[in-house]
Amino acid sequence: MPEQTVIEAVRDTMFAEMRRDDSVIVLGEDVGNRGGVFLATDGLIDEFGEDRVIDTPLAESSICGVALGAAVNGMRPIAEIQFADFVWPAINQLVGEASKVRYGTNGVKTAPMTVRVPYGGGVRGGLYHSQSIEVLFAHTPGLSVVAPATPYDAKGLLASAIRSDDPVIVLEHKRTYRLVKGDVPAEDYTIPIGKAEIKRPGTDLTIFTYGLMLHYSLQAADMAAANGIDVEVLDLRTLRPIDEDAIAESASRTGKALIVQEDTPAVSISSEVAAIIGERCFFDLDGPITRLGPPEIPPMPFSPIQEAAFMPSPEKILAAITRLAEI
Amino acid sequence: MPFNIELPHVGESVTEAVIGKWLKSPGDKIEKYDPLVEVITDKVNMDVPSPASGTLTKIIAEEGDTVQMGAVIAEMDATDAVNNSAPPTDQVPDISSTGSPSASRIGTMVQGANVGPTGGEFTDTSLNAADTAVPAASGTTGSTPGKKRGFSPVVTRLATQHGIDLNTLVGTGLGGRVTKNDVLNAVESGGSGAESASSTPSGVAAEDQVIDPSPIRKMIANHMVKSMSEIPHAWSAIEVDVTGMVEWRTSNRDRFQSEHGVRLTYLPIALSVVADALKDNPRLNSSWLDGKIVLKSAINVGVAVAAEAGLVVPVVHDASGTSIVDLAGTLDGVVSRARSGSMTLDDVQGGTFTLNNTGALGSIWGGAIINHPQAAILTTEAIVKRPVVISKDGVDAVEIRSMMNICLSFDHRIVDGAEASAFLQSVKTGLEAISLTTDLK
Repeated sequence: MPEQTVIEAVRDTMFAEMRRDDSVIVLGEDVGNRGGVFLATDGLIDEFGEDRVIDTPLAESSICGVALGAAVNGMRPIAEIQFADFVWPAINQLVGEASKVRYGTNGVKTAPMTVRVPYGGGVRGGLYHSQSIEVLFAHTPGLSVVAPATPYDAKGLLASAIRSDDPVIVLEHKRTYRLVKGDVPAEDYTIPIGKAEIKRPGTDLTIFTYGLMLHYSLQAADMAAANGIDVEVLDLRTLRPIDEDAIAESASRTGKALIVQEDTPAVSISSEVAAIIGERCFFDLDGPITRLGPPEIPPMPFSPIQEAAFMPSPEKILAAITRLAEI
Repeated sequence: MPFNIELPHVGESVTEAVIGKWLKSPGDKIEKYDPLVEVITDKVNMDVPSPASGTLTKIIAEEGDTVQMGAVIAEMDATDAVNNSAPPTDQVPDISSTGSPSASRIGTMVQGANVGPTGGEFTDTSLNAADTAVPAASGTTGSTPGKKRGFSPVVTRLATQHGIDLNTLVGTGLGGRVTKNDVLNAVESGGSGAESASSTPSGVAAEDQVIDPSPIRKMIANHMVKSMSEIPHAWSAIEVDVTGMVEWRTSNRDRFQSEHGVRLTYLPIALSVVADALKDNPRLNSSWLDGKIVLKSAINVGVAVAAEAGLVVPVVHDASGTSIVDLAGTLDGVVSRARSGSMTLDDVQGGTFTLNNTGALGSIWGGAIINHPQAAILTTEAIVKRPVVISKDGVDAVEIRSMMNICLSFDHRIVDGAEASAFLQSVKTGLEAISLTTDLK
C-alpha cells in the first residue's frame, strides 16, 4: 500500500474525483499555475485546463459565492481558501447562504460544494496564519464540517465531501500536510461524514480530539502507557454532524473523558463534546469531564516560545492524562 | 363564546395600519378565514381574515382609524375559538406590544418530571451520594471525620446495582476516593466489599452451607440496612375491635365477588381507612430529606407483598378518596403483577407510606422496618377471636370479639409518640366504625 503525506492524499483525491466526474471543478487563489501555496492543486491545471481549475482574485467572498452559484446550477466545485484565517469575508456565502439552500428551497435546490480550508497553528504563522475556525461553521445547521487528520482519512473524507449533495467544509491542518505520513490505498473509497473513529483503544480514559491534536494525543497516550495508564484516543474526524453515539459509547466505557483541542476552549467543539457526555453518560462517569486547550487569547503568538506555550503539546496532554487517571 | 378580533402582524417592520373598508357588518355570520376588513400599511394592503367562525358582533376600529398591530379591532361570537388569549398560530406575537410577558409566554416548570440522560425517568442519586458520603455511625470507614467522601455517578450506580456498601471499600483513588475499578474489583471478589477478598466469609464451618444471595435479596438487604442505620425507628401499637368489619365483609363477600369479579379481602378496607387517616395526619405521609421534612401531597400507599423472589412493595397511587371497589381492583392488579414478577415501573414508584398485612401470615405482633425514605409503616396483624370485656351502660360483660393489633414503626425525627398515637387512633376509629349497616361503596 503506498505511503503518502496528507497533502499528497488531498491532491491525488482531487485528481481522482475530477477524472471521475466532469462536474468537479477547482477554484481559489493560486490554485492554477502556482499549483496552490501548499501545492495541493499542483498539476491539476495541466490535466484539466483553465476551465476546470480557476485562479481567482484575492476575494474569499467571491470564491465561495461563485462556488455556491456553480453548485446550485449543477457543478461540484471545490473552493480553496488559501488560509483559514482569511475565510471571514466568505462567511455570508457559507453560513448565510450555502447552509440554507436545501432548507430554503424545500429541497428543490442543493449546494454540492466543497470548501477546503487549511487551518491550524504550530507553524510559526502568527496571528493570521494559525487560526482554528471550525466552531463558527460547526455551529451552523446545514453545513457539514470534517477535519481529517491522517492521509487515509483525508482521502476518504474529501471524496465524501466532493460527492455530498450539500456543502461540506473540509478542514486540513497545515501542520499535518507534510508531517503525517500513512498508508493510503490506491483504490477508490469514501469515509462517511459523521463517523468518528477510535484510533487507539484503551480502558482507563478516553481522549476526544481531532486534527493535529490527534497525533499529539496518540504520542501522549504512548507515554502514559509506559506509566501503566491505558488511554483510548477517539478521533472525531467529523465536527458536524458530530458522532454522538461514538462519543457516548467510549465515554461510558472508560468513565473518564479528556477533550483535547488546539482551538480556544470557550464555546467550542470541546464544549459540545462535554455536553454530549454530560447528557448521555452521567451515570457512567468516574471523573470530571476535562478539557485541555490553549489560553483564551486571540490565536496565536508569533514568538516561538510563546507559540509553544500557547499550543497543547504531548507533554501537556500527558500531564492532563495523569491528573485525570489518578483521580 | 365572545372573541376579540385583533389586527394581525403582517411584517417585521410594520407596527400600525389604517383600517379600510369593512367587508362584514355586525350580525353577519362569518366563517373562519372569511375576509373581514381591508387594511392599509406602508408595506402592504390586505384583507384581514376572520380568525374564527361565528357571528360578528361589534366593530371597534372604524374605517380610517390608525391602529397598532395586535390591537382589538372587532368582537365576534365565535363557535370554534378555544382561547382568546393565545394568538392564532399563523401570526407572530409581538413581544413589545404588551407590558410584561404573560405566564404562558414565559412558560412554567413542570414539577416532578425528571428526565434522565438517556430520556427515561432518572433516579436522583445525588441524594444517595450525599447520604452515603456521611461516614457510618459505627465510624469504621477510616475516612477523615467531617471530610465528605464523594462518590462519582458510576461508582454510586455500580454499588447500587451490585449491592455493595461503599463504606466498606478501601479507595485507591486520589485522597482515598473509591474508583470505578475499586467497585468492579469488589464485585469480582464477591460483592460485599474489599475485606471479603475470599469468597467464603470467615467463621464458616465446613458443613455450613453458604448461599450467594440473589440480586433482589442483596437489594432488600441494602435497603433494610440503609433504613435501620439512617432512620431512628420508634414503635407503637394499638388493638382494634374489628368485629363489625368482619361481619360486614362476611355478608358482602359473595355479592362483591359476583358484582365486581374481585375477591373482597380486608386489605382494600384497611387501605381505605389508612389513606383517610394519612390525610388527617400528614406528618405520617412525609419524608426526611436533606434535613427537611417533606410532606407529600399524594397519598400513595405501598403494600408489602411476599413474592417468590422476595419482598416487593407495589404502590397504590392516590389511595385516599378511592372507593373500596376501585381499591380492591387496583390491589388485585398490582399484587398479581408483583407475584408474577411483571410489575411496571409505575407499580413500584412514588410510595409515600407502606401497609403490611402481616396478619395474613398469622403474626399478631411486629416491629416492621420503615420503607426508606418514608416516615412510617403500619402492619395489620392477624384477626383473632378473644374474650373481651365490653362496658355497656355501666355494666361490664365478657363478649367474644374479633380483635386485631395494628403496629406502627415511625421515623422519630419526623414524628413523636403523640402524633403516632393520633394516627393509630384515626385508623382504629375508622376500622371500628365499620358495621353490618355501613354502606361502604
